Amino acid sequence: MVGLTTAFGSGAMTNSIAELEDADVLLVVGSNTTEQHPLIGRRILRAVRDKDRTLIVVDPRRIDLVEFARLHLQNYPGTDIAVINGLLHVILREGMEDVDFIQDRTEGFAELREMVMAYTPERVEEISGVSVDRLVEAAHLFGHAKRGAIVYAMGVTQHVSGTDTVLALANLAMATGNVGRRSTGVNPLRGQNNVQGACDMGCLPNVYPGYQDVEDPDVRAFFQKAWETDRLPATSGLTLCEMTDAILEGKIRWLFIMGENPVLSDPDSEHVRKALDKLDFLVVQDIFLSETAQMAHVVLPGASFAEKDGTFTSTERRVQRIRKAVEPLGMARSEWRVIGELARRMGYSRMNWKSPQEVFREIARVTPIYRGISYERLEGEGIQWPCPHETHPGTPFLHKEGFARGRGRFVPVEAVPLVEPPDEAYPMTLITGRILFHFHTGTLTRRSPTLNAQAEEAFVEINPRDAAILGVRQGQMVKLKSRRGSLRVKAHITDRIPQNMVFLPFHFAEAAANRLTLRQLDPKSKIPELKACAVRVDA
Amino acid sequence: MFREVQTVCPFCGVGCRMTLRVLGGRVEWVYPAEVGVNEGKLCIKGWCAHEFIHHPDRLARPLLREDRGKEFEVGSWDLALSRIQQSLSVVLEETGPESVAFLSSAKCTNEDNYALQKFARAVVGTPHIDHCARL
Ligand code: SF4
Repeated sequence: MVGLTTAFGSGAMTNSIAELEDADVLLVVGSNTTEQHPLIGRRILRAVRDKDRTLIVVDPRRIDLVEFARLHLQNYPGTDIAVINGLLHVILREGMEDVDFIQDRTEGFAELREMVMAYTPERVEEISGVSVDRLVEAAHLFGHAKRGAIVYAMGVTQHVSGTDTVLALANLAMATGNVGRRSTGVNPLRGQNNVQGACDMGCLPNVYPGYQDVEDPDVRAFFQKAWETDRLPATSGLTLCEMTDAILEGKIRWLFIMGENPVLSDPDSEHVRKALDKLDFLVVQDIFLSETAQMAHVVLPGASFAEKDGTFTSTERRVQRIRKAVEPLGMARSEWRVIGELARRMGYSRMNWKSPQEVFREIARVTPIYRGISYERLEGEGIQWPCPHETHPGTPFLHKEGFARGRGRFVPVEAVPLVEPPDEAYPMTLITGRILFHFHTGTLTRRSPTLNAQAEEAFVEINPRDAAILGVRQGQMVKLKSRRGSLRVKAHITDRIPQNMVFLPFHFAEAAANRLTLRQLDPKSKIPELKACAVRVDA
Repeated sequence: MFREVQTVCPFCGVGCRMTLRVLGGRVEWVYPAEVGVNEGKLCIKGWCAHEFIHHPDRLARPLLREDRGKEFEVGSWDLALSRIQQSLSVVLEETGPESVAFLSSAKCTNEDNYALQKFARAVVGTPHIDHCARL
């Protein structure tokens, strides 16, 4: 979430889920909400149906939300920035911006104005395929909204230009004064249940818990004292994608993976496999023997969500309690306990926690945005951070008085072409994503008989016209090939997907989308180009 | 009689609240909780959240092997942890903390994640800690 941090000084969902219903215009970009976040999708549908709110969807596919949308801006994959800049162009050209907000709360507007001049609707149509009329209409709708809320998800962040797309969205929200009030904002929907919490806890190479900079000497001194250690590194570490390279170069030799399956979830699975294979020692703790765990030297049985007490933090920054319902299966153990025991064996005594509550008390002590939260206070509906002290009620929407970084910053961003546009050899664009019935790499959901019965088999969506040209029948096996690999998968012919594109869900190990995708990284967020690459389809 | 336990869905980031019904040491049913962002509803994934908890494929014991070519053998926690500690100590001595890395999980709790990054930074002294959710 580097983009939002740059613009606002904080990278989380600015507003709350419940508030979305009261936005008069909802702009949903790269989020198949009804499948990926069904209970947020439900609220969006209710906003449209029962409260007469206006929905605008920006997405290459005709996802289910489109049926409820006033407008569908069906752009080519990877052209979100052009569309957003085009909206800004029309909004500024026609004077729909929020002059007071821009003056009082932001900086860098002049540069933005200058840059978006070039994004005339005609040019945007050429780049993105979205017609001039539709773009202008969308700009009017959003520009005149009293409360405009923007929602986005992985469809945006998994492009090389993902960070820039988020910046473009932040520009749009600030230029129209849609930040710091109820039912507005820029709202990233997190994929997995505790992504927000993992980030909050400092499981990022550049920050301690609560987004405190690892390179800030004062912060480091604080943690040195709080944790009673003299080992703290003075610089940022490597991201996941950089780690795989460092392993292949022999620089990283020992790796501990807790509860993840990068062999399936990483964009270039062959590359990851090679890297893991080169390690001197790999430890994996998980609840199943995942593809990644199968490569380990030691596999530790983890406790499932029903077997431990603790907290998760949802996409709206809401910290909530989870509670132990049953004893861990067999000899399985909670991760925090295992790591604490390992610390003890390494001669470190400051992790001898007796309970998750004790861990949480420590978290609150060292994490300013969690300081006022305790298990006792979480007995109700949970608390949204920042919650700086014990009587603070939590924060439903951010940036009310000011931005975390002082003034909101406009950062002009240019549209960039896809890293791998289609060509003669690979004439189609592959996009990947989630489907309703499965979750992430399927390690959990594919073991559910009910969910598997709904969507047991991998499939690829192909437009009927492309299918006719290729001579592909419904349900037939086809071969998908990219410059990196190939796989066979069942064809699902549907006009949800436009011509010259195919869609492949990434939950299925036997047709792992990331065998085909690109490892090219977004230079800022280090998120790989996972969503789109060039492929060919053969019957 | 069954027991009821209030918790949160393990799947997507919406954070729906759910009630687990436990009978004879097994989670037999999942119901949506009345309070919370989900307003007494769950999606199909949430309704099935109990189905993997007691799945026969679950790992129940630590697995160890000397090297990759070999088969896994079941071992005790003591053995697994001392193997981990030994290998970590050797690598730390030979090439230092920067040759060690950690990946945390967007499926684990805040407490688990906090513990892992603290271990990486305060015990090992490596800056290399990340999670997989950039994806
Ligand atoms: S019930 Fe569905 S929408 Fe709610 S958290 Fe679980 S997966 Fe997400």
